[in-house]
Amino acid sequence: MNTNYTLGSFHKYLGWITFLAVTVSMFFIFIIAPPDVRLGIVQKIFYFHVGTAWIAFFAFFIVFIVSILFLMTRNRNYDVIAMASAEIGVLFTTIVLITGPIWGKSSWNAWWTWEPRLTTTLILWFMYIAYIMIRVSDMEWEKKARLSSVFGIIGFINVPIVFMSIRWWNTELHPVVFGEGADQTGGGISDTMLLTLIITVITFMILYFYLLKKGIAIGHARYKLDDIKDKIKNVM
Amino acid sequence: MFSVLKAIIWKDIVMEYKTKQMTSAMLIFSGLVIVIFSFAFELTFGVLEHVLPGMIWVALVFSSILGLNRSFLLEKSNDCMQGLLLLPSDRTFIFLGKFTGNFLFVLLTQMIIVPGFFIFFDYPFQGSIPLLIFVLLIGMVGFIAVGTFLAALASNSRMSDMLLPIILFPISVPLIIAGVESTSLIFQGASFAEISQWVYLILVFDIVFLVVPYMLFDYVMEV
Repeated sequence: MNTNYTLGSFHKYLGWITFLAVTVSMFFIFIIAPPDVRLGIVQKIFYFHVGTAWIAFFAFFIVFIVSILFLMTRNRNYDVIAMASAEIGVLFTTIVLITGPIWGKSSWNAWWTWEPRLTTTLILWFMYIAYIMIRVSDMEWEKKARLSSVFGIIGFINVPIVFMSIRWWNTELHPVVFGEGADQTGGGISDTMLLTLIITVITFMILYFYLLKKGIAIGHARYKLDDIKDKIKNVM
Repeated sequence: MFSVLKAIIWKDIVMEYKTKQMTSAMLIFSGLVIVIFSFAFELTFGVLEHVLPGMIWVALVFSSILGLNRSFLLEKSNDCMQGLLLLPSDRTFIFLGKFTGNFLFVLLTQMIIVPGFFIFFDYPFQGSIPLLIFVLLIGMVGFIAVGTFLAALASNSRMSDMLLPIILFPISVPLIIAGVESTSLIFQGASFAEISQWVYLILVFDIVFLVVPYMLFDYVMEV
């Protein structure tokens, strides 16, 4: 196995690009974008909320893809990517679940409602916490990688079913409460706000890849350490 | 091919008949659930109708976990798993065999538990009984299918009895929602047309989680 997985200079540039992008999007969020007419300054959380939600789903999608690739090729690199991406996904979902209630409190006057999107996100979070539980359980890496790949595939297949069931469940109670993001065809969002949102999403995307690269490097370092430990054990 | 399947199911049935471990544990657990629920909630007649469907599902799901946990752990002792893996057939038959075995045991306990709920809470059930049986049946097919598969997955870990509920409950959420919703509609005297949406969801879940484990089971069983 190729053990030469250091971070490299590309990672350093990526770090600077992330820094720059974050600065630009902060500028857009807090200076350029106008405060919401009804919600006022609280609405700024929208950009972080939507951005992180998008990246969380994207991260889990990557887990799904590399899980399939791992089962087909048995290449350790895919396993490392899956682990790194799942961790980032759980982190970002956690941020979504924290920013959501803060925003919800000021906009619907309730911390939490069992509305389809919220419930799905919460279940998604539980599902990938379970995925990480398999990841940290005590097994050899081949076994662990194989089993977590299987669970990564099953979990992602379950997401549309969860979404569907929850949608039916609460149809009467919660109609669409608010327009969210670009898919809502405007929904009262101004051009500057949309531009800011796009910039934020791109920023989070760069941040995701930056974190992913770090995660992959850590994963490889961990495996390398295990190899060294094995070698020492064999010598002794 | 089917002789292999038959042999696996028969082996489980014989073992269960001799030890009676799984079914007795599931039954005692469910009985205790009934007792605890009767203390936990103020169960007057009006309330009962709304709470009972959920209680039945909670009892079924939690007691099934007990059985599912054991189904693959049993094979770990005396290296029985090796024996199963040496079977001269497709490994997915192990899944199908174990699934059928677990399903039979859960069915057996269910036949005692569900009437037990009506008796102990003195609830005059007025909905359609065939419909209730049908929904509970297809619901359990899905739950046992995904449960058997994840039990096989969890059995590889040393903390499997802790891992199984954590990985199984989030995955089975759609099934439990659909099950509870359709059961409570049946309690209110709904016809098939009114619960068809939920029944279809359960059936979709059943199909997905019988087919996908069938495809992926080889990877779980690999040594």
